[in-house]
Amino acid sequence: MIALPAQRDPKGWLVAPALIFILALFIYPFAYGLMLSFNPMNGGGMWANYVTFFTDSSMWPTIIVTLKLAVPATIINVGVSVPVAFALRRTSPWQKFATTLLVVPVTLGTVLIADGMLTYFSPNGWFPQALQALHLYGDEVRLTHNYWGVLISLIVSGFPFAFLLTLSYVTGIDPTLARAAATLGANPWQQFRQIYLPLLLPGLTMTACLSFVQAFSVFPSAVLLGAPAGPTRVISIAASEAAFENYDYALASTIAIVMGFVQLLVVGGMLGARRFFYTGPVTGGKG
Amino acid sequence: MKHTFEQLRLDSVSRSFTNAEGQQLAALKGLDLNIQRGEFIALLGPSGCGKSTALNCIAGLQPLTGGGIWLDDKRIDVLPPEKRGFGMVFQNYALFPHMSVLDNVGFGLKMRGVSKAEATKRAKAALQLVQLIGHDAKLPGQLSGGQQQRVAIARAIVIEPPLVLMDEPLSNLDTKLRIEMRAEIRRIHGKLERATIYVTHDQDEALSMADRIVVMKEGVVQQVASPKEVYSRPKNLHVARFMGFRNVVQATLEGTQGDCVAVNANGVRLLGTPMEGFDSKRVAVALRPEDMERVAPGTENAFDAHVEVVEYGGRDSLIIIDTAFGKLWARIAGECSEGERITLRVAPSKTLVYGEEK
Repeated sequence: MIALPAQRDPKGWLVAPALIFILALFIYPFAYGLMLSFNPMNGGGMWANYVTFFTDSSMWPTIIVTLKLAVPATIINVGVSVPVAFALRRTSPWQKFATTLLVVPVTLGTVLIADGMLTYFSPNGWFPQALQALHLYGDEVRLTHNYWGVLISLIVSGFPFAFLLTLSYVTGIDPTLARAAATLGANPWQQFRQIYLPLLLPGLTMTACLSFVQAFSVFPSAVLLGAPAGPTRVISIAASEAAFENYDYALASTIAIVMGFVQLLVVGGMLGARRFFYTGPVTGGKG
Repeated sequence: MKHTFEQLRLDSVSRSFTNAEGQQLAALKGLDLNIQRGEFIALLGPSGCGKSTALNCIAGLQPLTGGGIWLDDKRIDVLPPEKRGFGMVFQNYALFPHMSVLDNVGFGLKMRGVSKAEATKRAKAALQLVQLIGHDAKLPGQLSGGQQQRVAIARAIVIEPPLVLMDEPLSNLDTKLRIEMRAEIRRIHGKLERATIYVTHDQDEALSMADRIVVMKEGVVQQVASPKEVYSRPKNLHVARFMGFRNVVQATLEGTQGDCVAVNANGVRLLGTPMEGFDSKRVAVALRPEDMERVAPGTENAFDAHVEVVEYGGRDSLIIIDTAFGKLWARIAGECSEGERITLRVAPSKTLVYGEEK
């Protein structure tokens, strides 16, 4: 028998452009930033920047501040998108209307949303004026330049995203499953609780992960709608200050790495929890 | 548990919906049916005939737009599906993919507040009845189609419903398993003294399983009768076509001859059994390919044919023949070759004469 030389499939080279793209745009900058963070501008050993971050009281609390915004925003976005998506799960004019309406904020971008919100929610804006005119709330309504302004903007920009993802998960579940549950005696709440929710959980975890990452990296709205010196001094503001005000790129890289690490920790935790749920097909058999 | 209900009565059950253009379309027009306890009813018809709509209306998955459904003297069409307590087997089985086989079967009992221990016991008994043992902890995705089918049946019968509804439950199985499961479903039906309504488009399934067959077309019941009656005496041409009378020949009525009628099909005289719908001399004669037999030339009530196409089938052959009254299908035993001239005859009792098709 003649041993044939191992033939390489030349089609394998088709992966090269994507690989180069990933290397050039993700791996290299990440590795560069990581190395940079271990080379402090002012000397003092490779961990000096990390020591600075976790001891400086203008830096480490930004993690807490950011979490205080990102966690509630994620919970609200995912939590509200479930009942709304569930209500709109059947193809109807309402579903089309809602999805069209909700795509708008996704396309607008955070700066435009922030600008609109400044007009709408500021003490002289429509919303506080309307509340006072209707005597629903007597005191001054403060929804801009504080925590609430940033949270609202995170919901406005994050909810459509969470909703559209959740809707695709909900509509992917075979509706005959709920009908089968109904014939077996399950009322609408039990159909949701016993059938839809368990089948949705893996998808919802994914949605929560993506929503969280998006919210945790909040920057423009924290500056424009928040109080960037105090209550909404999020971690990206600290990084931006280090890079563009103090020109300390090494420290800025350190903050970025810490930011990534916190996100990784939360996402890892959520995906880890997903293992305890059912993951698999969401249809009821062959056919 | 034996059920004490005597009959389920469908009283001109109707269901119509409005389409995108705003037109009212009737999916089911005035279905009247009395089903006795212990009966096995098949709803038979081509797709779109309203049979699945009828089943969904009975189950409560679609609201009625007219009529009522009564279980003895209790009106049930106003109840939501979870309050009706009928067991239903879906075409795609609709097993809960995230629950084990045992939890799937026990789901209905759990919803009824039956204790865990009792539910497990009864679910196991139901699985035993459908002869699926030793798969309790598996997820539906790990089972074969036939096994999933059994789980679906066990899940529907464990709640001891007065009525079991089956929506083409065998259509996703291969031929061999389908024939096995037919007998299996009949056996399970016999063990539980309750009614079964079985939706199918397969006449063999309906004939072999049902006590009574309801033949439907475009939302209207065509015939309600025993399998034998539907097979040998289809009430009208639609039912006849559906029950295998592939040949329909136009003819003129010549007169009666005892219980039979004589017709003239383009010069050929045939004797047949009068059915329904006569209002003129123009009639339609329905013949099954299987009922044709080869006879010697010159036999009475026979016709000459020219064999055009032969489809060899082993025990017999399906042939296309050209006759004085058009091209027909015939299934005949024995050798036969294309181009041959043969003489065929159909017994008058199997030559069904209907009024002309409108």
